[in-house]
Amino acid sequence: MPRVNAIGELSALQERLRAGRAEAGTILTVCGGTGCQASRSGAVIDAVRDELERQGLSDSVTLRITGCQGFCEQGPIMVIDPSNVFYCHIEPEDVGEIISRSVRGNEVIDRLLYTDPATGKKVQTEEEISFYRAQDRVLLSQNRQIDPCAIEDYFAIDGYGALARVLTEYAPEAVITEISASGLRGRGGGGFPTGRKWADCRAAPGDEKYVICNADEGDPGAYMDRSVLEGNPHAVLEGMSIGAWAVGAERGYVYVRKEYPLAVDHTRKAIAQAREFGLLGENILGSGFNFDVDVARGGGAFICGESTALMASIEGKVGEPRPKDVHAVEDGLWHRPTTLNNVETWANIPSIIKNGAAWFASKGTEGSKGTKIFALTGQVRNTGLVEVAMGTPLRKIIFDIGGGAINGRAIKAVQTGGPSGGCLPTDLFDLAVDFDTLAQAGSMVGSGGMVVMDEKTCMVDVAKYFLAFLLDESCGKCVPCRIGIDRMLEIVTDISEGRGTPEQIPLLEELAETVRETSLCALGKTAPNPVISTLRYFREEYLAHITEKRCPAGVCREMIEYVIDEEKCTGCGVCMRACPYEAISGTKKEPHVIDPLACRKCGICSDGCVFEAITVHSGGVLCYSM
Amino acid sequence: MSHVSVETILGERRSQPHQLLEVLQDIQEAHGYISKEAATAVSRYLGVPLIEVYRAASFYKALSLEPRGKHVITLCMGTACHVRGSNLLLDQANSQLGMDNGGTTKDGLFTVERVNCLGACAIGPVTVLNGVYNHHMTSAKLSSLIDSVRKAEVPQAGDAAPALQYRDKDYGIPKRE
Repeated sequence: MPRVNAIGELSALQERLRAGRAEAGTILTVCGGTGCQASRSGAVIDAVRDELERQGLSDSVTLRITGCQGFCEQGPIMVIDPSNVFYCHIEPEDVGEIISRSVRGNEVIDRLLYTDPATGKKVQTEEEISFYRAQDRVLLSQNRQIDPCAIEDYFAIDGYGALARVLTEYAPEAVITEISASGLRGRGGGGFPTGRKWADCRAAPGDEKYVICNADEGDPGAYMDRSVLEGNPHAVLEGMSIGAWAVGAERGYVYVRKEYPLAVDHTRKAIAQAREFGLLGENILGSGFNFDVDVARGGGAFICGESTALMASIEGKVGEPRPKDVHAVEDGLWHRPTTLNNVETWANIPSIIKNGAAWFASKGTEGSKGTKIFALTGQVRNTGLVEVAMGTPLRKIIFDIGGGAINGRAIKAVQTGGPSGGCLPTDLFDLAVDFDTLAQAGSMVGSGGMVVMDEKTCMVDVAKYFLAFLLDESCGKCVPCRIGIDRMLEIVTDISEGRGTPEQIPLLEELAETVRETSLCALGKTAPNPVISTLRYFREEYLAHITEKRCPAGVCREMIEYVIDEEKCTGCGVCMRACPYEAISGTKKEPHVIDPLACRKCGICSDGCVFEAITVHSGGVLCYSM
Repeated sequence: MSHVSVETILGERRSQPHQLLEVLQDIQEAHGYISKEAATAVSRYLGVPLIEVYRAASFYKALSLEPRGKHVITLCMGTACHVRGSNLLLDQANSQLGMDNGGTTKDGLFTVERVNCLGACAIGPVTVLNGVYNHHMTSAKLSSLIDSVRKAEVPQAGDAAPALQYRDKDYGIPKRE
């Protein structure tokens, strides 16, 4: 029975496992997160296991399967320790060579090394990779060191040591003081001071209290929480245990969205293992503290990321929010005082306890302390998870870490904060990423999604996309959101389809203001943000759509024409065969022609043209050729 | 799709109305949709009015009141995938399968559904076919994927990756599901 009954036993166990790791010899770390698995890391893992056995190395070489490292585009990724070699884009066929040359031998296989996009040179170690180097991977670096399905790995990096310290040295109020002093603000988008939330929950009357982890990460383009929960579920559980101690709760839930099956699975396993070792359940570490956690799955509703809707969902009801004139810390899950925090917020707690509030507060800005993980995606060279101190300028994230534009196109904007956020143009890229700065500029940090957009992105289309998303996800309970967003979408659709009139702009702005002021929950209240920010910074695009019936980016279908450039077309016929509407005709080796009446502007033809012979025009102006 | 009975799925959850969403998710996973019989059984067993069962089943996108096709194609339409042209994939699927906007084919072979972000943004556009994640999708790749499924009725094609692996308690042995 592996149950750890006292703090002393925990320390001894941690020490033993730590020593074991130090003596481990060669370790092959392969990422098994969702992103890498989609790139066949599962087959790589199998190949490694088979090859180690074939070469008789199964006992001397350790294979460690980790959770998401946040560098998904380079996957599958393998790191070899202690030689500290970083290989990427590995195929199962490479494994034999890797074992023979880099594990048995001391050679480095050049073609598998990471190529620095700025210099074009190969780089051997993780530390040299510019993407990682400019980051401060306080949380994410832990994913690198542990197998999320093995609690022993977590113990070996001092896991649950913070909980042990709290149970012996900190009264609940002292924990709250420490967390408040750190300046930690909610990482889910609200940015509410965590210490104050816990204090309010502690002060609320009632014996039965709950803590909840919001892992419903619904913002499209955001996957920080997926990575932390898949790759380091124990950090979240440990944080929740500390929080439960602080507020006086004995039960907790981890609400995971259904679209993250691996995170659901790893969290359930982590809970089972923690229970086995007595770190969840009754009388934890002999302290008399009881706390247990269950996983609740989301049902595919974005609105369930809103705290009151989430709680309704756990209660078996539909995810409809309620007004927050009485906060959840007083009246939450089953009307009990409830502390709900985001995955990243909980995961930060153990390190704050270990390293102290002052350590956390030493990073970041006056109003936004610590590090934050961002999901940098879209039209940028290095996409992936980026953890940096709050206050880092957007420019550094997008260019230094992200590597700047791809395909020689010009970056135009960055969208932060998901559907609740806004788009910021390049001349604002010197802004620091922190809660207050981005909010003032008309966007927000939100949960951390950061989508880079270039000249081929139409900002009217972006506004339409987010409105359509929010309309789809609206719970329907209140009029401003249910009807207001629909009306805004109608106007933006009119504009994007060539029916826009100048009077619609002030009407759109008035609608936006009304929806913001009168919606019941944050989904409705922040729904106007994408529209308002694009009107603020990209008004000329709206005006081009309205007055010139032109889409500058060449996106809005009613306003564009696909034309084949005769000079470049070789008559290969690929586009003709690909066209689902039979709109292209031509004879072999002769330039082909698109029939504008049959063409539905789907773009499938240009997707396959290798000669860049298919051009897109709008309002008589060439937008681009593909 | 398994033929586990609703009773087995309900298990020990008698008279626990708050388990409604969890139970319905389990039924959805096992049967592919919530049938009228299943809804009625859930209503009786959990002690939830039948209308509330339907309310939940129609509210949550993960639940379906209609049987789904044999092969489920899930297109990610999240922001990062959108910016990389996920609309093209929806067009491709619609035109190839004769649909207007996703749905299930008349022969019951395919269901095309949209999801608002799978969290695999760095490798988008992402399309999931029967639990198998495909990355950097293009309309051409989707076209061959659908074709090969149709031809062989086997949910694997081209260089698609195996389904997500879950590891069991022995801490390390991937189990293909």
